[in-house]
Amino acid sequence: MAIPVLLAVATMTFFLIKLAPGGPFDAEKAVSPQVLKNLNAAYNLDASEWEQYTDYMSGILKGDFGPSFKYPGRSVTEMIGVGLPITFELAFYAILIALIVGVLAGVLAALKRNTLLDFIPMAIAMIGICVPTFLMGPLLVLIFGIQLEWLPVAGWGQLAGDKILPSITLGFAYAAYIARLSRGGMLEVLNQDFIRTARAKGLTEPMVVIKHAMQGGLIPVVSFLGPAVAGLLAGSFVVETIFQIPGLGRFYVEAALNRDYTMILGTTIFFSAMIVFFNLLSDLAALWLNPRSRDV
Amino acid sequence: MRHLYLVISAIVIISGCSSSISPVDEGLEKQIFHFGNGSEPQGIDPHIVTGVPEHHILISLCEGLTSPGPKGGKSLPGAARSWDINEDGTVYTFYLQKNGKWSNGEPLTSKDFVWSWKRLLTPSLGAQYSDMLYMVKGASDYHNGLTDDFNDVGIEVVDDYTFKVYLNNPTPYFLGLLSHYSTWPVHKDTVLEHGAIDDRNGQWTRPGNFVCNGPFNLKSWELNSRIIVEKNPLYWDANVVKLNEIRYYPVSNVMTEDRMFRAGQLHNTYTIPSQKCPVYIEAKNADLKIDPYMGTYFYRLNTNDPVLQDPRVRKALAYSINRKQLVEKVTKCGQLPAYSFTPPGSAGYQPDTNIPFDPELARQLLAEAGYGPGSEFPKLEILFNTNEDHRKIALAIQQMWQQNLGVDIVLVNQDWKVYLNREMIGDYQVSRAGWIGDYEDPNTFLDLLRPNRGNNKTGWENLEYDRLIEQANTIKDQNQRHDLLRKAENILIDEMPIIPLYTYVRAYQLSPDVKGYYPNYLDSHHPKYIYLERD
Repeated sequence: MAIPVLLAVATMTFFLIKLAPGGPFDAEKAVSPQVLKNLNAAYNLDASEWEQYTDYMSGILKGDFGPSFKYPGRSVTEMIGVGLPITFELAFYAILIALIVGVLAGVLAALKRNTLLDFIPMAIAMIGICVPTFLMGPLLVLIFGIQLEWLPVAGWGQLAGDKILPSITLGFAYAAYIARLSRGGMLEVLNQDFIRTARAKGLTEPMVVIKHAMQGGLIPVVSFLGPAVAGLLAGSFVVETIFQIPGLGRFYVEAALNRDYTMILGTTIFFSAMIVFFNLLSDLAALWLNPRSRDV
Repeated sequence: MRHLYLVISAIVIISGCSSSISPVDEGLEKQIFHFGNGSEPQGIDPHIVTGVPEHHILISLCEGLTSPGPKGGKSLPGAARSWDINEDGTVYTFYLQKNGKWSNGEPLTSKDFVWSWKRLLTPSLGAQYSDMLYMVKGASDYHNGLTDDFNDVGIEVVDDYTFKVYLNNPTPYFLGLLSHYSTWPVHKDTVLEHGAIDDRNGQWTRPGNFVCNGPFNLKSWELNSRIIVEKNPLYWDANVVKLNEIRYYPVSNVMTEDRMFRAGQLHNTYTIPSQKCPVYIEAKNADLKIDPYMGTYFYRLNTNDPVLQDPRVRKALAYSINRKQLVEKVTKCGQLPAYSFTPPGSAGYQPDTNIPFDPELARQLLAEAGYGPGSEFPKLEILFNTNEDHRKIALAIQQMWQQNLGVDIVLVNQDWKVYLNREMIGDYQVSRAGWIGDYEDPNTFLDLLRPNRGNNKTGWENLEYDRLIEQANTIKDQNQRHDLLRKAENILIDEMPIIPLYTYVRAYQLSPDVKGYYPNYLDSHHPKYIYLERD
C-alpha cells in the first residue's frame, strides 16, 4: 500500500502547488519579463505541465528530487540530507524525554489512584497538553537561558547544552499525552484477573507492575508512538524556529511560503514516507505486545 | 521520583559544564563578530542572489571596483585604486589595485571584470540584477539577445590593470552602483571548473571551492545554522582589517534573535520585534539603534480601477491620512512621516513636494469627483501580505478613511506570494508596498514609476514624468539634474498613483563592543572597518 500512497501524494502535491497563485520567482522587486523567461527556462518551467511531471517523477525514481528554486546550487536531496539528521536527533531526544517522564508519571498515577501522586502529575500533564510549544519554548528560555543563564537560548550543537531546552520543549507536550494514556492503560490492566493472580502467587509489587501490568497497560502508548514520532518530525517546525535549529521542519514550511516547488514536493513526499513507515512500525509493535491481536 | 532527580541533576551538571564565557565575550577576545543575519542566504554567487542577508556576507567575501565608505556618502576605492571620468561623464577609466589578488593568490586583472560582467549579462544565467549595468553601452542589447557579440558592449581592456567603460549617458550614480554586489567580479576558472558560464547551480560557491577578492575568505557553511568567514591575508588592504572571523547566523525569528542578543550569543540583531521597539525606546535601551534608511513605505493605487482612475479621488485618499499620527501611534519606532516618494537627503537631493493632512480639502476633492452627498463612494479594498505590522497600519488607514471621508474599507490579507501575484496582475485597488534604494540616488525611486517598468504596478503612465527623468539622466551637473527630478516628483505627487506613508528607519540592536559600525543611508557596513573593543 505504501508505494501507491506515496505516488498519489506526489502526484496530487505536484498539481496542487501549481494551482496556488504566485510563483517561485515573484519578488517585491519584480523581475523583467525577459529575466523571468530565462529563469523559467533554466528550471524547465517553460515545458508543459505533463512534461514537467514525467520529468520530475522519473527523477524521483533515480533519487533526484531536483534543484531548489529558492537556493540556487542546492539540490533538494542535499537539503533533506542536511536537515533530516538534525530533525531526527531532536525528535529522538524529545521522544526519550516524553517516554521517561510520561510513562513514569502515568504508571505512578495509576498505582496511586485518587491520591496527590495521581492528581499532581495528571494536572501537570493537562497543562502540558494545553500549553503550546510556542509558549513553552520561550518560557523555558526566559527562565533557564536569560534569567538563570544556565543554558544557551538558541542553536544546535554549537554551544554546550544547547540541545537541552528544545528537546524538553518538544518532549514535554508528548510526555503529557503519554502520561494520560499510560495511566488509562495501566488502570484497565491493573483491575484484571491475571494481575490479581500474579499478586496471589506472591510476586512483589514491582514485579507485578513491570512484568505483567506494563506489557498490556502500555499498548495505547505504543499505538500512539507511531503517529507521535511522525508528528514530531513533521511538526518540529515551531521548536526549530524558536531555537534556531537547522532541521527539516523549517525547510518544509519556508518552501511552501516561497513556492519552492521542488522543495515542497521533496519534503512532502519524504514526510509522507515517514508517516507511513512509523505507523507501520507502531502497528507491528502493538501486534507484538498484544498476543490476542496476532490470532485475529 | 529518583528518575526525576536524575533528570534535574543531568540538567544542572550539563549547565555546569557549559561554557561560562558567552560567545560575545569570547568574540571580544578573539575578534570574532557574531552577526545576526536575518535569514539563510539564497547563496553567495554575487550574480545570482538578490537579498540583504546575502549582501552582508558578500561584502566580506568579494569586492567591486568601488567600495562604500564606513559612513556612506562618496564611493571609496575598492578593487580599483582610482578612476578617471571624461569631460561629458560617459567614459570611465578604472585603474585596478596593483596588489589586488584573488583569494587563491592569482592577480585580479581587467579581464576578470570583463568576463564577470559578461556572465552577469548572459541571458541564460537569469540574473535578476543584470539591469544594474544597462547604462553601459550595448549591455541591454546583449542581455536581451539583440546581439550575441560581447564586443558590442562598451567595455575595453587597456592593459591588465586598466580598462574603460563607455556609458550611454553620464550617470552620476554609476560609481555608487559599482558597490552593488551584482557588479562584482567572480573567478572565471573556478566558476567554469564547476559549471558553465550560465550555470545557476554550479558548486563553485561551496567552502573549499569558493574563490573571491574580498577581505575575508569563506571558511565553513552549515546550512540554516551559520556561515563563518575568516580574514583573508591576501586582500590588498589586509592591514586595515581587524576582525579575525565573522560568524553569520540566519535567525529568521525576530524574537529568537532578540533573546540570542540578550543572552550574549550575538553582537547585533538584523532587526527588532516591532512590538518591542517602543518598549526599548521607553526603557532607554542603549543597545537599540535607530538609523536613517533609504526606504519608503507607501500604498499603491491601481489607476486602472474605475474609481481610482480619477486623480482627485487618489489625492483625497492621500490628504485624509494623518502621517504624523501613524508614525507616533502605530509604527512607534522612529519612522518619519513621508511627504515625498524619495527619502529626503539621498545623495544631496531634497524633494520639495508636500502632501497635506487636510480632511476638508479631501472631502471637497471627493465631491468634485462625483462622490458627494447622495452619491456614495463604493467599497475600497486594501491588499496587504500577512504581517502584523502591515495589518496595524492598514487598520489605522481604514479608520482614517472611514472617519475623514466616510469611505467603507475592506482589508484583504494574503499570503506573500499571492499578494505579489495580485499586485503584478493588477488584481487590487489599494496595496501596501515598500521600496528600498539600491544605490544612493533619487533615481532608484523615481525610475520605479516610469511607464513599462515592471515595478510600477499601478498602471499609471505620464509621458512628461518619463521625459523629465530621461532628460535628468543625460545631465552631468547634479544641481540641474536634481531640479529636473524635483519637477518629475512634483508630477508624481500631484497625480498620486502612490501614497507615501513613512520613511523607513533601520532599527536593530548593537553591542557596545562593536566599533567602526556607523549609521548610513544604504545600511552598508563594510566589515573591514569593524572591530571589537570594550570601553
